[in-house]
Parts: sequence; C-alpha cells; structure tokens
Amino acid sequence: MSAEPVLSVRDLVVEIPTRGGLLRPVDRVSYDIGAGEILGVVGESGAGKSMTGNAVIGLLDRPARITSGEIWLNGERIDQLSMRELRKRRGKQIGMVFQDPLTSLNPLIPIGQQLTETIREHLPVTAAEARQRAIRSLEEVGIPAAAERIDSYPFEFSGGMRQRVVIALALCAEPSLVIADEPTTALDVSVQAQIIALLKRLCRERGTAVMLVTHDMGVIAETADRVAVMYAGRLAELGPVREVLTEPHHPYTSGLMGSTPLASKGQPRLHQIPGSMPRLGALPDGCAFNPRCPKAQDKCRQNPEPRIGPADPRAACWFPLGETA
Amino acid sequence: MLAYIIRRVLQSLLVLLVVGLVAFSMFRFVGDPIDNMLGQERTVADIERLRDQLGLDDPFVVQYWNFLEGAVQGNFGISYRQGRPVAEIIADRAPATLELAAVSGILALGFGIGLGIFTAIRRNGFSANLIMTLSLVGVSLPTFLIGILLIYIFSVELGWLPSFGRGETTQIGGWSTSFLTESGLKALILPAITLGLYQMTLIMRLVRSEMLEVLRQDYIRFARARGLREKSVNFRHALKNTLVPVITVTGLQLGSIIAFAIITETVFQWPGVGLLFINAIQFVDIPVMAAYLMLISVMFVGINLIVDLLYFAIDPRLRIDGRH
Repeated sequence: MSAEPVLSVRDLVVEIPTRGGLLRPVDRVSYDIGAGEILGVVGESGAGKSMTGNAVIGLLDRPARITSGEIWLNGERIDQLSMRELRKRRGKQIGMVFQDPLTSLNPLIPIGQQLTETIREHLPVTAAEARQRAIRSLEEVGIPAAAERIDSYPFEFSGGMRQRVVIALALCAEPSLVIADEPTTALDVSVQAQIIALLKRLCRERGTAVMLVTHDMGVIAETADRVAVMYAGRLAELGPVREVLTEPHHPYTSGLMGSTPLASKGQPRLHQIPGSMPRLGALPDGCAFNPRCPKAQDKCRQNPEPRIGPADPRAACWFPLGETA
Repeated sequence: MLAYIIRRVLQSLLVLLVVGLVAFSMFRFVGDPIDNMLGQERTVADIERLRDQLGLDDPFVVQYWNFLEGAVQGNFGISYRQGRPVAEIIADRAPATLELAAVSGILALGFGIGLGIFTAIRRNGFSANLIMTLSLVGVSLPTFLIGILLIYIFSVELGWLPSFGRGETTQIGGWSTSFLTESGLKALILPAITLGLYQMTLIMRLVRSEMLEVLRQDYIRFARARGLREKSVNFRHALKNTLVPVITVTGLQLGSIIAFAIITETVFQWPGVGLLFINAIQFVDIPVMAAYLMLISVMFVGINLIVDLLYFAIDPRLRIDGRH
C-alpha cells in the first residue's frame, strides 16, 4: 500500500445505550484504506458494516455514538471534531453514496441545483462555474445530454440514472474518500454492473479511496482490492480480496464463501452456516462466532477471539484455517 | 394548465350553485320575516301584500332563481331590516372582517410555521416541549372562551386593550381601515389572537409532524452527507417537502378563519360581516343571509382553487402529470 492511508480507523467502538444494557454494533474495528484503493466491507445484516461507514462520516443516529478508537482522514484525526468542523469535511473530503437512489435525491429540487449547492458549499466558485462543473460531473457519470437534463427533477430519471446522479453528487467536490453503502442493492441486476464499473473507474482515475459496503460477494470479487469481513460488530477477516475469497482463514469467511452461489458452482444445494448471527444484546462468551463454528474448542468459548495481528495477520481466529487444515 | 383552471372554475360554479340551493331550502325554517317587519298594528291584508311583494309564498326554488337572477346582475336585494341594498351593507362591513381575518391568518401562518419548524428541529428541547404543551390549550379551548379570557386579562384586569369594537377607522376610498390609527391597531390585537390561535396551533402541530417525518428521509441524510449547512438542510430541503400537506390544511383553515369570524366578532362586538350575519338570522333577514352565505362559499372555493394551483408551483411531479 502507498505511503500514508487516506482513511485509517483504529480500534473503533460504537455503542448504543439501551434499557437492556450497552450494545456494541461496532467493536474494536481497525483498518486502512489507501488512495485509489477499494476496500470491500461484507457481512450479514446487522454485522456493523453500515454503522462503521456512518461513524466515519459522522452521521450516526443518536443514541449511537463513538465511545473509543480513532479515525484519521488524510493525516488528521476527525472523530473528535465538532459537528461544525465535521460538516465542512463531509462532501469535501468524504463523499457518501446511499443504497436507494429513489429516496436519496430531494424530489422537489432539480438535480442541477442539488449539485451546485454542494459544489458551492465546498469550493470557491461562482454560480456559473458551479453550473459548468455540475454539467461536467453529470457527463462523467454518463448522463446523456447532461447540459439539457441538468434542470430536470429526480423523478424524471430512471433508477440507474438516479444512482449515477447520486454518485455525481458524492464526487462533485472531489473527496479523497467515498463511502458507498450498498450502492447497487436497490438496483436492477442489469444496472448493478454498470454502476459498480462506473464507481470503480471514477475512483481509479481520481485516486479516490473507496469503502464499499455490501453483502454481495460477487460485487466484492469484481471490485474490491481488499476485503474486510465483519461479524457481530467485529472484524473477522481482513486481507487482499483474492486470498480471502479463495483461501479464507476465518471459519466464518469460509462458511460465507460456501453459501455464495458464485463459489459453490455445481453443488446441488447451497451450504448453510448453522444457526444465525447472535443479537448484539446476547453475544456468547469468548469468540462471537464460536456457537456456529465447526472448529470451536474450549479456548474459543473462554477467550475472546484474538485481534487480527500476530497469530494470524488476516483472521481474528484462534485456529485459522490456513494453518490447522 | 389553462384547461385545468377553466375546469376547476366551472366545478367551483357548480359548488356555489349547490350551496345556494341548500341555503335557500333552509331559510323557511329560520322564521317568518314578516313578524319582525310589520308592527303591532298590521292587518292580514298587509301581511299578504308584503308576503306577495317579497315573493315569500313562492317555492324556494323559485325564490332561489329570483335571487340568482338578481345576483348575476350585481343586485343582492334589499335588506328587510335596514331597507338598504344588501351589497352596500356588506361592502360597508367587509373591510372589518377582511382586516381581522388577514391579521389572524398572517399570525397563524407565521407563528404556526415558525414554531412548527422550531419544535421539530429542537425535538427534545425544553422550550420545544413547553410550546407543544401550551399548544394543547389552543387546540382544546373553544374560541369564545379564549376571547373572554383575553378580555378578562387584558381589558378588565390590566386595562391595556379595548374589549370591543374597532377603534377609530380611516376611510380610504370605500374601504374603512383600522390599520392607520393607534386605537384601531390596539382594538385589532385581541380579536386577531382569538381568531387565529386555534389555526396557529393546528398549523404548528401539522408542520412539526410533517417536518419530523421529512427529516427522517434519506435525502435529508444525503444532504447532510454532502456537507450542507444545517440551515440549508432544514429550510431548503426539509421545509419545501413539508409544504404540500401544510398548504392543503392551511388553505381550508384560512377559509374557516373568515367563516368562523362570526364567533369572534360576536364576542368582541366587531362590526364585520359575521356580526351582520348573526343579526340577520335574528331578524330573518333573508337577503343578507343569502348574500353572506354566497360570499363565504365564493371565498372557500376561491381559496381551494389557489391551494390547488400552489401544489403545481411546489411539486414538479404534478406539473408533469397535468400534461398527460
């Protein structure tokens, strides 16, 4: 990886106080993303993927909050900034693409205005220049006849086109990091590939770091450079995408790969990981995955899983698959 | 668009005709105007003659037709009580009611929308909760009680403001205004608050709940994620989306401010058309009642039309639908 990562998350903990006790939807998560790199974050619903992204951009819904850990963006620590300072960095340094393009654009404001207001918020340009930039950024995301369509309202575009507009909005102030939270989940399969290719191309060209949150292993395989697998708020495995997908070290990743149609070609039935992810309020002792793990031993039930580090630089597991198998 | 307006105007005319028909079918139950019009020493012949002269023996449909015939020519008949043309009487009284309604409406809209936004943004703040609690008073107390309470506090106890009438008025053309004199403005305060309070709390609670709903939407999150200022997020992105339902309700409420000024005008002896109508009912002054009811329905229908046109101005999706 290049010299200094664009985003560096260290031991991030997000907690939600509830009547039943403190929940930790994100538990000691650490990772880096370098310039031009795409980090895929995968996991089941509720594994803490989106919550990690929201924590980075500072849009956690109360009462969820960051209770410990550090977030560094371009060499600056941002997790302790005031709302006001953080706001200035949103859009300008961190862009975000949401899941559903049908609901993420304001229905009553023409797309051009939504673009220019964002551009003018962050860059010292005149209204006319902002409009030119807006047209250019619509052209870049592949909106045909951008100059004519800039004054159209969101409802005049199809779902795929709207997601292109959303991407243009996220990138229009040229942020160094883009968080894409399930950017293709709400789209037609035929459009998904286009959107992913678009996101990938734009970020490559500009050297933007991307955090791609998804539960689609296929998207990860095609797009990401490295992948972070999350389970019950914790990082289960983190490594280069080829290695993690073809030769997983964590039993959970292995189970996940076995459950993916792509990877289990030819099998009559898809493999299932027995049981389901525990609720955050009812995590087991020891490793969070141990009740479902085929390799669980006493050590796993008694001790929390090791952090990704010396034992296995890739997987948070006492008995990683690469070595014991 | 033009076709739409024409269609709506035609529909409105139909509504007006039906309202008038219903009104005329009910006038005979209000009482017999003859009793009030002729003194003690009337003869049966007098009564018969007058009744025939006023056309009171005709079926109500015929009476209605005669009224309409006059109305389209700008002639609303002669008041039984005052013996003057109804159009003239109403023109005398209308400025008082319209000024009162305008001030109440502006109060209700301004404070209603402002406080609604405030209580939505500071959802859990102390002052927001206090306002919400106090607003229950406005929603639940009947108008006449609020009027009497205000009179008791500010006129009787504190003696700051007059308890009845319009104060001094100034004539500008045919319009008598109380905006230009101090006593006129003072006299306006209590009735305006009384009339507008209910609408204000209603608008405020509506704006608040719509705003809370809108603030949860993805596009608000996205607007924040783009680093827009809170001010821009709240007032540009959120407020605009709350306006469509707010305008619907507000439009109807503004109509009812004028219509229900009757109660406030009675409490404050405000010399407007509402008070005129109450007196007309007591005297069974059919021409005045008919003209008043038509006037109110014209206003309701007109406001509704304006509201529908405002939708087009606010929501671009409707404009497209209109073209098909």
